[in-house]
Amino acid sequence: MNVPLSALIWFPAIGALLLQLLGFVKKEKDIKSIAVLFTTVALGLNLAVLSKSNSGTYLFQAVESVSWIENLGIRYLVGYDGISFWLTVLTTLMTLIIVVATPDTTKNLRGFFGLVLLLETAMLGSFCALDLVLFFSFFELTLIPMFFLVSLWGGPNRNKAAAKFVIYTFAGSIFMLVGIVALAIQHQKVTGQLDFSIINIQASVASGKFWANALQAQTLIFWALALGFMVKTPAFPFHSWIGDTYAESPTAGPILSSVMVKMGSYGFLRFCLPLFPEAVQSQAPVFMAIATIGILYGALVAIAQTDMRRMIAYSSLSHMGFVLLGIFSLSYKGMIGGSFQQFSHGITTGLLVILVGYLVEKHGTGDMNAFGGLKAKMPLFAGLFLLGMLGSVGLPTTNGFIGEFLALMGAYETGARGLFGLSPGFAIASGLGVVLGAVYLFVMFQKVFYGPVKVTEGPDWQDIPVSKALPAFVLVFFVFVGGLYPNLFFGPMEASTQATRLMAISEATKRPSWKDKPEEVTIRVALEDPMQGQYIRAGSERLISSARLHGNVDEKREIR
Amino acid sequence: MIQTLMPNTNWSMVLPIAMVAVAGIFALILEMLFPKRDNNLIVWASQIGLLMAAAMLIRQFGLETETSFAGTIIRDQFGLAMQLVCVIGASATIAFSEGYLREKKIPFGEFYPLMLWSTVGAMMMCCTENLLVMFVGLEILSIALYVLAGISRVEEKGEESALKYFLLGAFASGFLLYGIANVYGATGGLGIEGIGLAWESKDPNVQALLAFGLALLLIGLGFKASFFPFHQWTPDVYQGAPTNVTAFMATVGKTAAFAFLFRLLESATAMQAIWAPALGLIAVLTMLYGNIVALMQKDVKRVLGYSSISHAGYILVALIAHGKNPGRIGPETVIYYVLSYTLMTIGSFAVISLLAHDGKESTGLDDLRGLWQRSRVAAACMVVFMVSLMGLPPTSGFFGKLLIFQDALNADLLPLAVVLAVSSIVSAAYYLNIARLVALTDGPTEEISFARFRPAIQNTCVLCAVAVIAAMVFYSPLTQFLSSR
Repeated sequence: MNVPLSALIWFPAIGALLLQLLGFVKKEKDIKSIAVLFTTVALGLNLAVLSKSNSGTYLFQAVESVSWIENLGIRYLVGYDGISFWLTVLTTLMTLIIVVATPDTTKNLRGFFGLVLLLETAMLGSFCALDLVLFFSFFELTLIPMFFLVSLWGGPNRNKAAAKFVIYTFAGSIFMLVGIVALAIQHQKVTGQLDFSIINIQASVASGKFWANALQAQTLIFWALALGFMVKTPAFPFHSWIGDTYAESPTAGPILSSVMVKMGSYGFLRFCLPLFPEAVQSQAPVFMAIATIGILYGALVAIAQTDMRRMIAYSSLSHMGFVLLGIFSLSYKGMIGGSFQQFSHGITTGLLVILVGYLVEKHGTGDMNAFGGLKAKMPLFAGLFLLGMLGSVGLPTTNGFIGEFLALMGAYETGARGLFGLSPGFAIASGLGVVLGAVYLFVMFQKVFYGPVKVTEGPDWQDIPVSKALPAFVLVFFVFVGGLYPNLFFGPMEASTQATRLMAISEATKRPSWKDKPEEVTIRVALEDPMQGQYIRAGSERLISSARLHGNVDEKREIR
Repeated sequence: MIQTLMPNTNWSMVLPIAMVAVAGIFALILEMLFPKRDNNLIVWASQIGLLMAAAMLIRQFGLETETSFAGTIIRDQFGLAMQLVCVIGASATIAFSEGYLREKKIPFGEFYPLMLWSTVGAMMMCCTENLLVMFVGLEILSIALYVLAGISRVEEKGEESALKYFLLGAFASGFLLYGIANVYGATGGLGIEGIGLAWESKDPNVQALLAFGLALLLIGLGFKASFFPFHQWTPDVYQGAPTNVTAFMATVGKTAAFAFLFRLLESATAMQAIWAPALGLIAVLTMLYGNIVALMQKDVKRVLGYSSISHAGYILVALIAHGKNPGRIGPETVIYYVLSYTLMTIGSFAVISLLAHDGKESTGLDDLRGLWQRSRVAAACMVVFMVSLMGLPPTSGFFGKLLIFQDALNADLLPLAVVLAVSSIVSAAYYLNIARLVALTDGPTEEISFARFRPAIQNTCVLCAVAVIAAMVFYSPLTQFLSSR
C-alpha cells in the first residue's frame, strides 16, 4: 500500500477534530476506545510509509512538495530519511501507549485526547518538515497543546510549570525564527532566490558558495538555531524548566519526556550539522562541554531529588547529554550512538514515567520516601520497573547500553585524535555520568521497593493488573530488542547519519548534498580517521563501508 | 498655457469614502424615522453601506496609481488595501456591537452613525499625501471617537476616558498642525512628496525647518498610533471606553495613523539619517514598555491596551524598514500585519464584550474564568486570538512576525529584530495567562457572569478566528489579492 507521508502527519489532527465532533459518544470508555483506534491507525500508517523505505540512501524519501507561498520561497515540503525514521516510530508508538495508559478517570477525557492527537501531528510534522518555516510551524505548534495539557491536567503548581515551559521554549525558538529568516536572506544574497527549503540551502552550502563570505554570520545564525534546540533538548544551562514541567504533568509527562525533547536533538542533526559545517566544527568543543556538564550535573541533581518525577526529569537531562555528546563528537560511531540513544531514551524514560505515573495516580504522591516495601505487594510492577530502570542505567543487553557506549566511544575517539579541538577528557568525565546514573536509580529503587512497608492504608494495594501493564510490556520488549539486536535500528540510520556527518566535516566542495542524483549516491568512509571521510560523486565506485557496532573498515556493502 | 481652474476630479476615487459617510447619514435618518430604542434596521444599513464601500474598493484594485482633486487624493494599491482594512475593522466591530450595546444599554441611534463617520476619517488618512487632508481626516476620525469613548454616560470611567482622550488628542493635534506649518514653510506646499526634494536642496535653514516639522508630525501621529512615550492615554482610555469602541480605536484608528506614517517615511527617505535612529529608539521602547507593563495588569482591557502598544512597536519596525529602503522593501508586510492585527484584536475584544451583563461590566482578568463552561466556541476563539497575538503558528500573527523579521534583516535592522524577539517572549506570559483563564474547565460555575452568547457575537468571533488562521494558510493568494499583482 502506498501511503503518502502527509496522510500520516495529518491523520491524528483529523482524528482530534473527529473526536470533538462525535458528541454522541458520551462514555469515557468509548472515548478512550476511539482515541486508541486513531492512534493505532496512525502507527499503522507510519509503518506502511516506512515499509517502502530504502535504507541504502541518505536522500529524503516519500518527499512531497506543494507550493505554498511562492514569493517568499516557502513550500509545504515533507519527507523522511534515516534520521527521522525511528523518531516517527517513537512518536506514533509512544502516543498509542500513552493513550492506552491514560486512566478513564482523567477529567475531560475528550479534550485531553484531542490535544494529545494534535500534539502527535505537530511532532510528526516537525520530524518530517524539510522547509524551515514549515518546520518552525510544527515545532511551535507543539507548544499550544502542551501548554494546555500541563496547565489544565497538571498538579498543584501546574500554572507556573506550564508558563515556565512555554516561555522557556518560546524564548529559544523566537531567536531560531530570526536565524531562519537570516538563513533565507543569505540564500537570497548568494543565489538571488529567497528560499526556506533546507534541501536547496544545503546544496548551496555543500558547494561552498553559501558561506564563502559570511563565516561570522554563519556562527551567529548557527547559535540562533542552536539556542532553540538547546532549550528543547534540554541542554545545560537551559534545563531549568524540566523539573517543574515533569513533576506537574503526570498525564502529559510521558509524551514530553520521551518524544518532545527529541525535537531538540533532532534539530541539531537535521539542521545544525548539515547547514553550518564550519560553525559546527569550531563550536564542537563548546557543545561537548555543555553535554558533559549536562550529563554530570543532571545526574548529581537527580541524586538529590526525593520526588520520583523530578528525579526522572533530571536523569533526562543527563541522558540527553549523551545524545549531544555523540552528535558533537562528529565521529561516525558517536553520531550513530547519539541517534540510537534518542530512541532508547524515549523508550526507557517513557516506561519509567508511565510506571511512576501509575503510582502517583493511585497514591497521590511521587515522593519516594512515602513508599517502601512495594516489591512484596506489587511484584509484577516491581519487575517491570526494574527492567525499565536497568535500561535507563545502561546495563549491557539493554538499549541504554548501546547508545551510551557508542556515544562515549565516539567522543573518546575524536578526542584522542585531538580533532576539532576536542579532548578525551569529555568522554572520560561523561563516563562518570553512567556510574552516577546507577546511583540515583538504585537508591530510588531501594527506597520504593524494599524496606518496611510505609503506606498501609490506601485505596488498593493490589499489583498492577496485566491489562494495565500491557503498554509497559511493549516498552520492555523494545528495551531488549534494542539491547540485543541493535542492528535492526542501525540499518535505516546508517546512510543518513554518515551523510550528515560528512556534510558537517568534509571540505566545501566534497560535501554530500540532498540534491545528489539517486544513482550517484555513494559514500565511502574510512573509519580509522574521521577526517578522511570521502565522498565520490561518480557512479564508478558504489561502496560504503558501513560502521557496524565495532566499525570494521573491511565490512563493505553496496548501496543504491 | 493656463490650466483650467477646476481641478481634474475623479469622483470614483472618493466614492467608497462617500459611501460610508452616506451610510452614516442614512443610519441617522432611520433613527429619526423610526424612533425606537434599539433599531436593528440601523445595524443593517451600516453593514450594507460598509459592504458596498468594500466592493467599490475592491473594484479599483489593480488600477493605475492616480491622483485627483488637485493632487490631494491618491489612489494606489497601498491606500486601497489600507482602506479595505479600515472597512473590515469597522464592519467587524459593528457586527459584534449589537448585543454589547443592548447589555450596556447604550442607544443605537448615535453609536452607528458616529462609528461610520469615524471610519470616513480613517479612510481619508489612508488615501492622501496631503498634510491638510490628512489633518482633516484625523480630526473627523478623532472627534467621533471622543464622543464614542464617553457614550456610556452612566459610567464614570467612560467620562474620564473620553475627557482624557479629548485633552491629549487636542494637544497632539496642536503638535501636528505646528509640524504641518513647518513642513509647509520648508517645502512651499502641503504635499509630503516635496519633502525629499526640499531636503536635497542642502539649504541649512530649510533642513532645520524640515527636521523640526517632521519631528512634530511624528509626535502627532505617534500619539494616534500610541508609540512610547506618547502612549500614556492608551490604557486608561481603552479601559474606560465601551469595549467595542476600544476595539475600533485599537484597530481602525491606528491603521489610519500607520498608513499616513508609512507614506510620510517613504517621502522622507532622504532624511533617514535624522529619523531612523530616533524612531528605532522609539520602536525599542514601545515594544519593551508595552509588553513589560502589560505583565502587571489586572484588567483584561488594560492588558490588551498595553499589548496594542507593543504591536504598534512591531509595526513601527516594519515602517522603519520600508522607509529606509522603499525600493526594496514593499508595503506587503505593513498591510498584512495591520490586517492580521485588526482581525485578532477585534476578535479578542468581541470575546471580552461578553463580560458586559445587564448594564454592568467588570473586566478583571479573573472575570474570564469559566468562559469555557459558558461558551466553548468563544473560549476556543479567544485561545486562537491569544496564540496569534503571541505570534505562534498556525496563525497570521506568526506570519506577520516572520515578515517583519524579514524586512528588518533586509534593512540591516538586526538590533530591532532582536528586541522584537525578546519582547515577544515577555508577551508570551500574559497572553498565555489569558488563554489559560478562558480554557479553565474548573472555573466558578455557581455564578455565571457572562452575557448571553448572541449569534452576532459568535459569528464575529468565529469569522475572525477562521480568518486569522486562513490568513496564514492562504498567505499567497491573500497578498496577491491585496497587492493585485
